Amino acid sequence: MSTVDPANVPPETPEEAARTGTLIASIALKQRAGGIVVPVLTALLAFLIGGLVVLATGHDPLKAYNDILDGAGLNWVAHPTTNLVNTAAYNLSQTLLQTTALILCGLAVAFAFRCGMFNIGGQGQYLIGLYVANWLGHDFAGMSLAPHILIAVGGATLAGAAWAGIAGFLKAAVGAHEVISTIMLNWIAIWIGEWLFGDGGPLQNPANATAPISNDIANSAKLPVFWGEQELQGLHIGFFVALAALVVFFVILNRTTLGYEVRAVGFNPEAAAYGGINVRKNLIRAMAISGAFAGLAGALDMTGYLYHYGQSDIPVSQVGFLGIAVALLGRNTAAGVAIGGLLFGALLFGTTHGLQAGSSSIDPSLAGNLTYIIQGLIVLFVGADVLILYVWNSRKRLRPRAATT
Amino acid sequence: MNAWVQRLDNPLSAWLRDPAATGYAALFLGAFAAFLAIPPIQARTVTWPIVVGVVAATLGIWTATRGRRRLGYGAVAAGLIGIGLGILATRSGTGNLNAVFNAQLIAQMFASSTPLIFGAIAGMFSERSGVVNVGLEGMMLMGAFWGVYGADVGGSWVVGLIIGMASGGLLALVYAYFAIHLRADQIVGGTAVNFLALGITGYFFFQLYQGNYVSSGVSTIPNVRIPGIAGTHFLGPAIGNLSIMIWAGFALVIVSYIVVFKTPIGLRIRACGEHPRAADTVGINVYAIRYGCVVLSGLLAAAGGVYLSDGRGGGTFNDNMTEGRGFIALAAMIFGNWRPAGAFAAALLFGFSDALALRLQVYSPSASTLFRVLPYVLTLIAVAGVIGRTIPPAADGKPYRKQ
Repeated sequence: MSTVDPANVPPETPEEAARTGTLIASIALKQRAGGIVVPVLTALLAFLIGGLVVLATGHDPLKAYNDILDGAGLNWVAHPTTNLVNTAAYNLSQTLLQTTALILCGLAVAFAFRCGMFNIGGQGQYLIGLYVANWLGHDFAGMSLAPHILIAVGGATLAGAAWAGIAGFLKAAVGAHEVISTIMLNWIAIWIGEWLFGDGGPLQNPANATAPISNDIANSAKLPVFWGEQELQGLHIGFFVALAALVVFFVILNRTTLGYEVRAVGFNPEAAAYGGINVRKNLIRAMAISGAFAGLAGALDMTGYLYHYGQSDIPVSQVGFLGIAVALLGRNTAAGVAIGGLLFGALLFGTTHGLQAGSSSIDPSLAGNLTYIIQGLIVLFVGADVLILYVWNSRKRLRPRAATT
Repeated sequence: MNAWVQRLDNPLSAWLRDPAATGYAALFLGAFAAFLAIPPIQARTVTWPIVVGVVAATLGIWTATRGRRRLGYGAVAAGLIGIGLGILATRSGTGNLNAVFNAQLIAQMFASSTPLIFGAIAGMFSERSGVVNVGLEGMMLMGAFWGVYGADVGGSWVVGLIIGMASGGLLALVYAYFAIHLRADQIVGGTAVNFLALGITGYFFFQLYQGNYVSSGVSTIPNVRIPGIAGTHFLGPAIGNLSIMIWAGFALVIVSYIVVFKTPIGLRIRACGEHPRAADTVGINVYAIRYGCVVLSGLLAAAGGVYLSDGRGGGTFNDNMTEGRGFIALAAMIFGNWRPAGAFAAALLFGFSDALALRLQVYSPSASTLFRVLPYVLTLIAVAGVIGRTIPPAADGKPYRKQ
């Protein structure tokens, strides 16, 4: 895995590393310090505080979390079956559906991070992917299955890359900070979608002129479903695409020249430039690859199970934003993103559709917002150096004692 | 050098031959090209916008070839956009034009700008002390929700304003602890603050109001009716009856300028943002200044949020109500070069584009939503630094370690 083995860490104090000041240096520090302990602690602490909020507003936090986990289908482990008549199995398939998009959005954020950039535009790139997949999936009806899917998914991926590339270009050309430019691109993407799918918009379904809902994509553009039924939102083969993307992410970053340059720029742009690396080119390229992951997420969601999209769904969607927490919790590594994606996939489905309103101890709308609170807390804690340094120092204090005994 | 040039060699002509001055003049002409076609001048022929726009573009090219490339190309773009808008305006009906461009537009511009003014000044205080505040959006959102809640429960908009500002200040205090004491990465921390605010406001909006609109009859922020002006022809609808928070926003710009640039405390704030070690050496408590500025930033951003919900919104709230305004405010602050007057001008520009986008809906119901991208596109162009370079405080975003 790309995490550096703590045993091989060069004798550099974490304080020194923290003082170099770049974002990626402090993240690299976190990757060395504490192994898996810090993310787990972070997540537990976030769930604890989230539980306190639930408690303070007069609900039972333990029951609420239990309901959320059941709603996510994680109780499937107790009675594994592939028969989707089983509620837990159905819920699990839906959780994995969410995980597919979250893994890809997490990879998008993680890839930009490794180049020293903070891409909070995953949501916009995801939406652009959705729109383009919807357009290509609807307009090229009559093609055979494989090429149509390839066109729709490929086109959407490229569109996501181009959308993020704008922010990368602005950063490389005039130094515009990517956080502001990607947030603005998010809002531009949202309003473009409101126009596309809204009343009289170019992609609105003409069959019902008063409903602001997009066209359905053609059957030839729908991804095959391998678990469940296509009509009942089964799990589609895009799940394996997301798993493959994890491998691609790892290989690009750790086994190619491109990945070496991206990481070099991320660690220290000045040193990278001194070493002959074209920093500007790498900023644009890393951002475009990052956007490609998010665009692919949108494409797979559209061709995999959504098939059409309502205008009102656009501002509500949070998949791209959750990708930030997924990446940070997973410390921008492939394995970490996979686990983070599963956790947030479970939270996302478990707090919305998985929870049955009325029979549960907490209302789905409350639980959905609880997810955002937990997400915010996780991002807050992951960003705090001192928390990490504390764990690092306690590990150092433990090690000599272990050696002497 | 011949006699003709020497004769012109006085300060005024030197200024006239300065490419920068020509560039700014060209920019102004580009805007004027579009202005010709709308009320009150309202030329009904395409000739005038085209002539003025071409002159602007030509001057822009001249500027670009004299070394001010960025300004020159900006002027060329302004000229071309001016021609385009001018032609569009002459093609559309005078009824539509009069519906869009009237005194109401000015009042709406101020209403749209006010949250941005509060946000931009808030961001300026935080960043002048050396802490980047990406969490403005979240603090504004907290103010928007808890402000309405306070006005609803407390029965008075003053209570709403106080509770709303306190909620933003509290969130800012949490952020300050992570950014200053725990030395967290400030961009990541600020993003976390935004998520937290989204979750907290959404959670309590559902808990307290079932996610529906706040019931009507909430005490809202009142307008100030100026007796002498309110009845007049053009100024009346423009500034005769504006919200009290709009005037407070104007006052804030002046007060913050005086505080930051004319008082000892302002000097200390700027010292912490430029060179915290030097400030520490002469006995300034860097942490205390930074805590104070970040919390003040939260209070002010939240005040902008309260205006959004309990003033402009008329006592309503909806999920994620700020819609990126915190980030637009941040961009306005950067565009205004970390100065109150500059931030104010930029906030007015963004507010104008927001108001214009809302009014342009008379042209096309379908495309009306598309006009809503205007402020965001403008912000994108602004942060790209089309006009001039901006210089942030030297220690902006760098955590300080005491020794």
